Amino acid sequence: MRTGVVGIGHGKFGRREVTVQELAFEPFREALEDCGLHQKDLDALIVGSSPEYHRQRSLSGVVAEYLGMNPKPTFLVEAACASSSAALATADAYIRAGIYDTVAVLGVQKMLELSTPEILALMGRVGDVQWESGFGTTFPGYYAMFAHRHMFEYGTTREQMAAVAVKNHHYGTKNPNAMFQKEITAEKALASRIVASPLTLYDCCANADGAACMIVTNEETAKKAETPIWMAGLGSATAPMSVLRREKLSEIPSAIDAARNAYKMAGIEPKDVDVADVHDCFTIAEILAYEDLGFCEKGGGGKMIEEGETHIGGRIPVNVDGGLKSKGHPVGATGVSMAVEAVKQLRGEAGERQVDGAEIALMHNVGGIGQYCFVNILRR
Amino acid sequence: MGKLGKVDFVPFSKVDGIEERLKEGKISATRCKKCKNIYLPPRMDCPECLDEEMEWVDCEGKGTLVTYTTIHAAPAGFEDDVPYTICLVDVEGGGRLVGWLDGKEEDLKIGMGVSIGIRDLPEERMIYSITLE
Repeated sequence: MRTGVVGIGHGKFGRREVTVQELAFEPFREALEDCGLHQKDLDALIVGSSPEYHRQRSLSGVVAEYLGMNPKPTFLVEAACASSSAALATADAYIRAGIYDTVAVLGVQKMLELSTPEILALMGRVGDVQWESGFGTTFPGYYAMFAHRHMFEYGTTREQMAAVAVKNHHYGTKNPNAMFQKEITAEKALASRIVASPLTLYDCCANADGAACMIVTNEETAKKAETPIWMAGLGSATAPMSVLRREKLSEIPSAIDAARNAYKMAGIEPKDVDVADVHDCFTIAEILAYEDLGFCEKGGGGKMIEEGETHIGGRIPVNVDGGLKSKGHPVGATGVSMAVEAVKQLRGEAGERQVDGAEIALMHNVGGIGQYCFVNILRR
Repeated sequence: MGKLGKVDFVPFSKVDGIEERLKEGKISATRCKKCKNIYLPPRMDCPECLDEEMEWVDCEGKGTLVTYTTIHAAPAGFEDDVPYTICLVDVEGGGRLVGWLDGKEEDLKIGMGVSIGIRDLPEERMIYSITLE
């Protein structure tokens, strides 16, 4: 028994002057239209989101009502920036267990309705609040510490990190749903203001509002679709949230474990991947992902971007939808956004950013600073 | 944790005893009486043997720099402190802690030996302070 994706929808990411349920409506409608189904054909709505960003409490009930899903069941799944990947994994499990036949998986996040002081207060609580946050750690600060460690262990350079930003902004110009659709230069990236050394502004993704949706169903129903895309491998793992309890700081250990599980279930190796979306919340994160996913050897991530191996035409094109870097990162929506892009690539519907003949796509979605990681492999 | 850190996010914990030890200038960890594992950050529940019998042990205040960053974009409560340099230090004797550098970022080299002290902040707060040996 395997789960198939039959419908996809993706809203515009960025600053959106709409409510969270209005945000959710756009990709939900698109996904239903995509597969020709209606609310009555769905058995449940599973929502992935990080609730602390919303004024509206108990989000999934409000969203389910607005989407016309009552009285179908709904619930929220949370795993920080990987919330909607966790929702997708939950839907897959329900379907393969035979409990539900068809499920709408929705990733949605409204981040920009909070005031700046509220955002700064949230930003100060991303780490372990007992032992780390009291010292003023921040999200960019954690990845900055990974970057320094990676530079020390493997000689990774700031120019290599900037090359990730340049690539992802380049492909972002080809994705109408991306928040930023402007080319940048390495010089501009390197000269931007320091956020947390060595990372500068252009190393960081941006908070955004956004939503993405997919309709997943059992094998029997999916086979009736024109081009069903299969959830071939699902892997997930965890690691200590605290950097004080993590053995190595030049990798995301949960990504290594999640990838191993996903490759095993799909019966493939890293070299079989035709196109990938990885969690580039910071430029260094994409370099870590190349290594953690086995696209290159340990320490080879900087060289991989430098040599163009992850551009279209390279060995494994990565983040050719623009990545978090240019799409923006509405945390709860990012996982399904990645999965939607994988489906587009496998259907051959990715337009200007299409990787010709893509048969196998991988998505890598990190929650927080690696306390959660989900790696999924989709195939035609 | 009580008075540790510039901003306090956690009002209660089983390791509240650390506050008195910090005031005495001690860098402290906990040790499981059963499996002898050392925990820094300290904790009172041992995840190895699921035991709750812990004792305090003090560290020498020496360690190795694991990594660092200088924060320029401040979170709430740190607006007047930027830029400040955060160091992760592997402590001699076991465990790791986060502290603020008392010195220049340019002088840091990952892998170097450092000293760990306790610096007083306003309102009786305290932070681990990292100096170069």
